[in-house]
Amino acid sequence: MTETIGTPILEVPRAEGSSDQHMVLNMGPQHPSTHGVLRLVLEIDGEIVVRLYPEIGYLHTGIEKTCEAKFYQQVVPLTDRVDYLGPMANNLCYCLAVEKLLQLEIPEKAQWIRVLLTELTRLNSHLIWLGTHAMDIGALTVFLYTFREREDILRIFEAVSGQRMMTSYFRIGGLSMEPPLDLFDRIQAFINTFPEKIDEYANLLTGNPIFRSRLKGVGYLSAADAIALGVTGPTMRASGPDFDLRRDMPYSSYEKFQFNVPVSTEGDCWARYEVRLIEMRESVKIIQQALDGMPEGPIKADAPKIVLPDREKMKTQMEALIHHFKIVTEGFPVPAGEVYQCIESGHGQMGYYVVSDGTAKPYRVHMRYPGFATLQALETMCQGRMLADVVAVVGSIDIVLGEIDR
Amino acid sequence: MSETLKSTLADKTAVLAGLPDHPALKAILAWNADALVDARFDRAELTLTIAQDHIRAAAATVLAAGYNAFQDVTAVDWYPSAPRFQLTYHIVSHSFKEMIRLRVLVDEANPSVESITPVWPGANYYEREVFDLFGIRFEGHPNLRRILMPDDWKGHPLRKDYPVEGYR
Repeated sequence: MTETIGTPILEVPRAEGSSDQHMVLNMGPQHPSTHGVLRLVLEIDGEIVVRLYPEIGYLHTGIEKTCEAKFYQQVVPLTDRVDYLGPMANNLCYCLAVEKLLQLEIPEKAQWIRVLLTELTRLNSHLIWLGTHAMDIGALTVFLYTFREREDILRIFEAVSGQRMMTSYFRIGGLSMEPPLDLFDRIQAFINTFPEKIDEYANLLTGNPIFRSRLKGVGYLSAADAIALGVTGPTMRASGPDFDLRRDMPYSSYEKFQFNVPVSTEGDCWARYEVRLIEMRESVKIIQQALDGMPEGPIKADAPKIVLPDREKMKTQMEALIHHFKIVTEGFPVPAGEVYQCIESGHGQMGYYVVSDGTAKPYRVHMRYPGFATLQALETMCQGRMLADVVAVVGSIDIVLGEIDR
Repeated sequence: MSETLKSTLADKTAVLAGLPDHPALKAILAWNADALVDARFDRAELTLTIAQDHIRAAAATVLAAGYNAFQDVTAVDWYPSAPRFQLTYHIVSHSFKEMIRLRVLVDEANPSVESITPVWPGANYYEREVFDLFGIRFEGHPNLRRILMPDDWKGHPLRKDYPVEGYR
C-alpha cells in the first residue's frame, strides 16, 4: 500500500525561464508571522516571490478518525479543538449536522442563544486576527487593545460554559445548561462599549501611513480566482462575490435577524481589513437584536432519548434515570443517511459532512474548514510581489492552522 | 424550491418525478442521462450518483448550470462491502443559494477517478487529502502528493481497516 507519488516540494521543477539565481527559502514552520506551524517554501528571485508552496500537516492529529470511534455526543468536545479561535461555531456546525440527521426541532430560545454566542465567537476570532495581523505589520499596540476585549468575551464564555476556550456549550438537541441569570446583562454591557473600541482600533490603524502602505494594493485576488480556488468568507467578500451563508442559506434562525453583508471589490489586503472591521460592527447589531428579542422557553429539545435529562428529574423519575444511563453508556442511534451542514464561521464557510450507518457512532465525519481552501490562493496573491508582502498576505487571509491540519 | 419539499425521494425515478425543474438535474440529463446512475433527495439535500468515468464532465456540467462554488471533496470507506469507496463532492450555487452533492462509487481494485482540479482549481488540496488519507488516485491532478501525513508514510489512515490507535 506504500507509495510516494507527486513531486517532493524541494525538487519541484523550476518555473519556466527561471535561472539558477533563484533561491529556495523556507519560511516557517517556526516563523512568528505564520500563525502557528505553517511552512511556506518560497522560490525567490532577489526579493521577488516567483513561486510559493504551503506545506501543512504539522498539527495533523487525525481528529476525523478519532470521531469515528466516539459516540455522537462525545464528538462535540473534539470539535472545539479544531478551530480553537471559534469554539462555538464548531459546536454549532457539528450539532446542526447531527440534528439534521436526527430531524430534531430545536427550541427557539436555544437557537437564539446559539446565534448570540456564535456572533460573540466571530468577534473573538476577528479580534485575534486584527491583533496578530497588525502585529505582523509592526503595529504592536493594537494586539494589546484587541486582547483586552477578547478577555471580556472569554469571561462571558467562562460564565456560560465554565470554560474560556474549549466551551462545548452547544449540545446535540440544544444547549448544555441554562445560561447564568446575569449573562444577557453582561453581554449588553460588553456591546454597549464595543463599537467605541472598534473606533479605537480604526483610529490606530486606518490612518496609519505604514499600515496603509503595507496593505494597499498588496495581495490582490480577483473575484473569479476567489471562487475558483474555493476561498470563502470575508476574504472572498473582499474580492467582490456577495455571498454570506447567514443571509443566503440561513440556519439556526438567522433569517430573523437584520444585518448587512460588507462587500468590497478591491480584493487587496486593505479591503480584507475593512470588510472584517465592518463585519464586527454588523455582529454587534446581530447580538443587540438577539438580546432584545430573546424568546422564552426551554433550551433543550423534547427528545428524552437524545438529550440528557435535568438533574432534578433524574432524582424523582425512573424514566429519566434510565434515559440518562442509556445515553451515557450506549449513546443514541442516529438514522442512517448523510448530511452536509455549512455555516459562516469567522474565517469563512465551515462545513460538517456526517455519515451515519444507523449506529450510535458516526461512520464518517468530514470537516470542511475555510483555511484549507484559502491557503491554495496564497500563491496567486503573492506571486510577483516582494517577500515582505507575504507576511502581510498571510496575516490578511486569517488562517488558523488547527483547522487546516485537523 | 427544494426547501418546501420535506419528504424523502428514495431513488432516481422518484427524484426525476419529484424535482422536474431542478437546474442541476436538468443540466445533467441534457448532457448525458446515462451518466446519472442514481439520485436521492433526503433531508432537503439532493445527491446525484455519477458513473465513475464521467465525474469531470459532470462537474463541468453543473458548473455551467450555475453551481459555481466548489466546497469540498471527501471519501467514505464502506469496507468490507463493494464497491468500497464513495467519493462525495459538495458544490454550492451562489445564484440558486443551494447545495448539491455529487457521488461516485469507486472499486477497491483500481481506486482511481478523473481529477476535477481542471474544472475547479480549488479541488487541488482536497483531492490530495483524499489521496493521502484514503489512497484514491485522481487522474490528471497537477501534483498528487500526500498533504497531511509525511511523504514517506505507509498506509492510508482513514481507511476502515486502519486502526484508530495502537500498532498496524
